[in-house]
Amino acid sequence: MENLSLMFAPLMSSKLMIVLVFGTLFGLILGVLPGLGPTTGGALILPFTMTLDPLSAIVLLTAIYCSATYGGAITAVLINTPGTPAAAATCLDGYPLAQKGEAGRALGMATVSSTIGGIFSVVVLVFFAPLLAQLAYEFGQPEYFALAIFGLTMLASIGEGSPIKNLIAGAFGILISTIGKDFMTSIERFTYGINELSEGIGFIPVVVGLFAISEMLTQSTLLDQVFKRVALKAVKLPSLLDYKKTWKTILRSSGIGSFIGVLPAEGGTVASLIGYSEAKRWSKNPEEFGKGSVEGIAGAEAANNAATGGAMVPTLALGIPGSATTAVILTGLIIHGVRPGPDLFREQPEFLYGIFGSMLIANILFFIFGFFGAKIFARITLVPNKLLWPMIFAVSVCGTYSLSQSMLDVWIMLFFGVIGFFMRRYGFSVVPVIIGLILGELVEGTLRQSLVIFEGNWLLFLTRPIVVTFFILSFIALIFPLLRKKKV
Amino acid sequence: MSNVQKQKRANKSLPFFFKDEFKVSFTIILVSTILLISTFTFDIVPPILNRGIQPATFPKGLLLLIIGLTLIVFYLSIKKPWKIEKKLPKTFFLTLLSFILFVIVSKTLDFFLAISLLSIFVSYCWGERRIFYLILVSIIFPIIVFIFFETILGLRFPPGIITNIYYQV
Repeated sequence: MENLSLMFAPLMSSKLMIVLVFGTLFGLILGVLPGLGPTTGGALILPFTMTLDPLSAIVLLTAIYCSATYGGAITAVLINTPGTPAAAATCLDGYPLAQKGEAGRALGMATVSSTIGGIFSVVVLVFFAPLLAQLAYEFGQPEYFALAIFGLTMLASIGEGSPIKNLIAGAFGILISTIGKDFMTSIERFTYGINELSEGIGFIPVVVGLFAISEMLTQSTLLDQVFKRVALKAVKLPSLLDYKKTWKTILRSSGIGSFIGVLPAEGGTVASLIGYSEAKRWSKNPEEFGKGSVEGIAGAEAANNAATGGAMVPTLALGIPGSATTAVILTGLIIHGVRPGPDLFREQPEFLYGIFGSMLIANILFFIFGFFGAKIFARITLVPNKLLWPMIFAVSVCGTYSLSQSMLDVWIMLFFGVIGFFMRRYGFSVVPVIIGLILGELVEGTLRQSLVIFEGNWLLFLTRPIVVTFFILSFIALIFPLLRKKKV
Repeated sequence: MSNVQKQKRANKSLPFFFKDEFKVSFTIILVSTILLISTFTFDIVPPILNRGIQPATFPKGLLLLIIGLTLIVFYLSIKKPWKIEKKLPKTFFLTLLSFILFVIVSKTLDFFLAISLLSIFVSYCWGERRIFYLILVSIIFPIIVFIFFETILGLRFPPGIITNIYYQV
């Protein structure tokens, strides 16, 4: 109870409130602009967080995460293009409803269901993150190794696209993490005589390259695309009838989103697709889906915003990111000297509950800004790509350079931009690369330390019940897509 | 006949080594093999200092995994060919060229100048012709970014013809 009161600390601090308001507004802008999103935006703003204290920095990143996830819906409804991948399912009914002259109603439903989903997931976060952290006290090196493997296999299983391609991308991410001096023996690996590579490849150049620069290249191939914009007069709160129609869908999708968010994957994107299809399955009027159903909008939006809180659960409790954006937040925590995991819950509850509280407030703030300012935010999409992307390039280059003031980071960013473009073109998701990169050290470190404990006997992994459980879950995660395919 | 249908038909008649599935799989396997070979050049730790496994073992395992999975992807693509991608437009190659120019200019002349040149080049190639907007993108915005990073983050940009003038002033 005492800890819960800490949640409202951000309300008492004017500095944190300013950070929250700025983060929410910035996140909305990022969400509205197709191609940008919470991951790219978080990565770009990470260098600026160095001027803030750790709590303000993480509050900023989480506020961006929450509001950018919602912001994608504005573009999805008005121009039939998801502002973020998580809003893809929102287009299916949001745009048709807007075309019928009910853009305000569509955005009102998206705003309300996003807010409810987001708040629901913060409640999940508040209750489940400490429980998971407590469970993690039992974990030794072998358990962490098995957990990381489980995380990677889940990524392959429920991520977008082909599971095998996702696994290749994840392995590629782990491989990148092995570049530089081996952290146990200081032996150089894949450095090829380049001194600057001894310290390894930084997370930010890879993220900015894979998301921002590859997106710039993608945009260069889409210049002939014409967006048809639907006019918006004002956002309307859903009617009583709409609430009656959708409350069950919102609650169901909030639960689905929170659960999917906890699993390491492209949380919001997958959650919204499942939330949408479940809304259709349970609906009394499934024939309305795809033609402007408010249930469809509610199902997708509640789920993608619920995934934000869910994804923060493993990030804070175990130090394992639940999504690409939480990988950026995890990097922010590490840069600021905060080590997520069970000890964080015991030693710095005010820090953690400050994050929980700020996420709660961010959800309320984006409701207010979205409700009253959607019309203004929608105008941001009028900025043409031929002006927007060169500007993003300038910020990306300076932001990447700023972290360690190294031009090598800029070359790495460009290199991964090109790689990311071709990966996406040929159906390889870039998210597993990010998760693999961040989990790489954990996977290798725990494997090698486990082998030291087991004196090189690999079979001893199977004597630990938690490890065996995670291995079985990993196996299920790997064969699940095959079973799903057969069923289809 | 639509362009996609035409391309589909053309793609069917292509020899296998011209198909995307083969080109992508071959590139991944080739790069992985080169990296795998390079892991044999890593130093070996004496048994007394060895922590569990040799430093080269883990990357070796990963590379073998990537090669194995890529072979599976290629095998599956024979049964179910990949979606045919549209040909890349000229603007893509021009954008890629601008990256190369950026690297050359920032290494030889100036970092700030490289950003400005890339911005104007990309903006122009993507269809912007209005002088004011070209100046906004290539001069005004980079100056704002430069000053912002310089003052707020205390960043020192690499030396160059323009950056040196700024620091001397």
